[in-house]
Amino acid sequence: MIRFLIKGLLRDRSRSLFPVMVVAIGVALTVLLQSWINGVMSDMIRSNANYSTGHIKLTTRAYAANEEQNPNDLALLDAGPLTDRLQKKYPGLHFVSRIRFGGLLDIPDEQGETREQAPVAGLGIDLLSPGSTEADRLNIRKSIIRGRMPEKPGEVLVSEDLARKLAVGPGRAATVLGSTMYGSMAMHNFTIVGTVRFGIAAMDRGAMVADLDDVRRMLDMEDTAAELLGYFDDGQYRDTAAVRIVAEVNAAVDNPTDEFAPVMRALRDQNDLAEYLDLAKNMTRIISGVFVVAMSIVLWNLGLIAGLRRYGEIGVRLAIGEQKGHIYCSMLLESVAVGLLGTLAGIAVGLIPAWYLQEYGVDIGAMMDNSSMMISSVMRAQITVQTFLIGFVPGLLSTVLGTALAGTGIYRRQTSQLFKELEV
Amino acid sequence: MDKQIIVQTKRLTKHFPVGGGQFTALRDINLTFSKGEFTGVVGPSGSGKTTLLNIIGSLDAPSEGSVTVLGKPVEALTHKQAADLRCRHLGFIFQTYNLLPVYTVYENVEFPLLLLDLSAKEREEAVLQAVESVGLMPKLKSRPAQLSGGECQRVAIARAMVKKPAIVLADEPTANLDAENSHHILQTMEKLNTKFQTTFIFSTHDDKVIQYLRRKITLEDGEVAEDQEAGIRDQEEEG
Ligand SMILES: Nc1ncnc2c1ncn2[C@@H]1O[C@H](COP(=O)(O)OP(=O)(O)OP(=O)(O)O)[C@@H](O)[C@H]1O
Ligand SMILES: [Mg+2]
Repeated sequence: MIRFLIKGLLRDRSRSLFPVMVVAIGVALTVLLQSWINGVMSDMIRSNANYSTGHIKLTTRAYAANEEQNPNDLALLDAGPLTDRLQKKYPGLHFVSRIRFGGLLDIPDEQGETREQAPVAGLGIDLLSPGSTEADRLNIRKSIIRGRMPEKPGEVLVSEDLARKLAVGPGRAATVLGSTMYGSMAMHNFTIVGTVRFGIAAMDRGAMVADLDDVRRMLDMEDTAAELLGYFDDGQYRDTAAVRIVAEVNAAVDNPTDEFAPVMRALRDQNDLAEYLDLAKNMTRIISGVFVVAMSIVLWNLGLIAGLRRYGEIGVRLAIGEQKGHIYCSMLLESVAVGLLGTLAGIAVGLIPAWYLQEYGVDIGAMMDNSSMMISSVMRAQITVQTFLIGFVPGLLSTVLGTALAGTGIYRRQTSQLFKELEV
Repeated sequence: MDKQIIVQTKRLTKHFPVGGGQFTALRDINLTFSKGEFTGVVGPSGSGKTTLLNIIGSLDAPSEGSVTVLGKPVEALTHKQAADLRCRHLGFIFQTYNLLPVYTVYENVEFPLLLLDLSAKEREEAVLQAVESVGLMPKLKSRPAQLSGGECQRVAIARAMVKKPAIVLADEPTANLDAENSHHILQTMEKLNTKFQTTFIFSTHDDKVIQYLRRKITLEDGEVAEDQEAGIRDQEEEG
């Protein structure tokens, strides 16, 4: 009997080929969409974490309140001991200090007079101490367009776009004008040794990356840190753990209302990322939900037509004495086979463009020129285990559910009624 | 020939719910069919022919009265038992053939045997014999779409006969066929009827069929108007 039914299934394309194709198309789209959204979202989260928020971030309360203005007069003091304490308490995290500052980049001519000036967004990170992970975290080595990495104090990188605007290149001397932690004028001479393009519009407009110690010296910020960032050792943001640590640290602060008291925030508490995180977490469910519904409707319609066509067969099978339950089961089995086949085909088909988008991405840099979002201008898909699994949900659920529903017609109708429908 | 009773209806009545009330399609039908009968149920459209055949075929249940098929009370059968009765003892032939389009002639005829516990060899023998008896051996591998209407109906007869059922129920088997094919079909059924002592019950309003009948039951408005033994042809043959 099974062999007989399989034969029929294979020969009747409206029962096999078309539903398999519908399922495959739906599953392929699901796979592609999932990997794409997964890629964009995790890129967004990763970029934010690496360039801006850390997985957790410690600042003073007042700094946190005015963060966009880089209020370095509100920096954390005694950054060294503070880091050591945190590092000891949370060995699974790695803590780094950073200072952001605004300033004016002054390019002198041969006579030493100002030739060109431009505002810069400075970032002081640990570039020079051996074993520092910061250069890798910001992907600096791979982002260098011209020149090289800073190797000794006084050497900086500027963004390629800014360098072009100012018509400077590696080897050029430059002066940065800013204000110290105490509000007086700061001035420091640097050598531009390279240009970078991070692929993040917000960073590429006018960034300057300097070694943290240089910046401390320039801004009178010895042993302070504007921001103390913590990263989980494997580089993956874990929301629950981060939120728990934040709560723990903040609860241990003894003078919590003091504006210079330290306050910790998780990635989700910064840059409006909470919604994104929640969305990212539910995205898989949302996508599969949408596709289950959409495909079920398509398949249901297809099934309805196929079902009508099949009333002939069902009527005959009832007439020769097959049990209703047996017919129903065989229809369900058929749908499992169709769903499985379609899902496998769909995953295979969907992975091709997903893989392409993972490797090559789509450059949306032009659209991002004025964006301050921490997101790469090349959007990429990201294929994960979930990408493989997600297809099964709409693939199998919609076929089996569709058939299960359509098949109840066998039970709803009187046998003689099913029979009458043959005689049209 | 002994008069073994195969089907018996007693005070059979069938109502259908229509709108708020009900419509009586069959009223107080008392009929007895014996083994080997070749009987037609005739009557105008809507007189209840199909309804009667469906109830005898255990596809539908009577509203009142009783119907006994091969000693089993149809009104008391569960779905499972009814399916079992059909599976072993009843064959159906439809006006519109209802062959399964994706299967060959051979496979269509084999289909009813798949539900019975038969070996592949037994099935093959039965199928070939049935196809042979309707004269379609050359078309064994054809699909229904490649056959004429008459040939399709002969396949349907082979399908109904392949398990050698006690009763074959045929609802207007010649309605879609031309004169020549109708005669051919009736002659085929007549031959099988004689050979296997299978009881044939038709519904029809086709005059060409009526001349083959050995018994003619006329329904009018759901009631038996006439029950005539021995058709003209039958007497000719005997004479
Ligand atoms: N499921 C049903 N619901 C309501 N009424 C029905 C149903 N089935 C049949 N009837 C009615 O019962 C009556 C008898 O129907 P039946 O199909 O038995 O007639 P018939 O003699 O076979 O007619 P025809 O020669 O046109 O096939 C008809 O009036 C029909 O409308
Ligand atoms: Mg009828």
